[in-house]
Amino acid sequence: MSVKLSTRQVGDVSVIDVSGRITLGEGSSALRDTLRDMVSKGQKKILLNLGEVSYIDSSGIGELVSGFTTVANQGGQLKLLSLTKRVKDLLQITKLYTVFDVHDDEAGAVRSFA
Amino acid sequence: MAKNTGGEAETVDQFLDSTLESVDSAEALVLEVAQKAGFEEEDLHKIGMAVRECMVNAVVHGNQYSAHKKVRVSVSAGRNQLTVTIVDQGKGFELSSLPDPLAEENLLSNSGRGLFLIRAFMDELQVRRLTPHGTEVTLVKYLGQK
Repeated sequence: MSVKLSTRQVGDVSVIDVSGRITLGEGSSALRDTLRDMVSKGQKKILLNLGEVSYIDSSGIGELVSGFTTVANQGGQLKLLSLTKRVKDLLQITKLYTVFDVHDDEAGAVRSFA
Repeated sequence: MAKNTGGEAETVDQFLDSTLESVDSAEALVLEVAQKAGFEEEDLHKIGMAVRECMVNAVVHGNQYSAHKKVRVSVSAGRNQLTVTIVDQGKGFELSSLPDPLAEENLLSNSGRGLFLIRAFMDELQVRRLTPHGTEVTLVKYLGQK
């Protein structure tokens, strides 16, 4: 299964629900396109829900970092929601876990954007 | 596909095109052998991920998607270990010349984490520059190693 992305709005926070595999090729480019589209529309509060992501490779991690810096450079914030153990482990060994603002609960994550 | 079943280790060899589809093929090939050898789910995930990262390096950075270049994947399962060798036909690189992805200045880089992850997931990693061209990467995972 490749990646599937859907977007929804919770108040002024744009939530991207991601499921499947974020790997080099279709998966990472779909994520990149979605994030760029949101930034180009001026959305500054973006919550990436990775709860259904089964697999992410170094290219996928690169896209998360790229999205994080792109949104930050536009004065916005990109936060992560519901990491699976494997994604959390990957962010920890690459020392990125503390770079991102990571949440387990959507309502709390949305409130944190204030 | 070539199979050598002589002795205690079985070696499977494949020559794959320099495409992203080959990354999936190599992962499937290695995982089939690893599963038969007795590796369990968590190790299979790590092995699969290391093979994917290594194949991406071979296809993208080594062979640069060239239709004229192949990636050779060899996998052999001994009594206590799995050995995977991935050879590309690119211009090669020096392991020591790669930036440290954990260094403060590289932490927010969009790339450069592949070999680091391979090292984290496998028990051994060897990189050998071939003459006149190409890179041979050997990955080893021991059965039951934590």
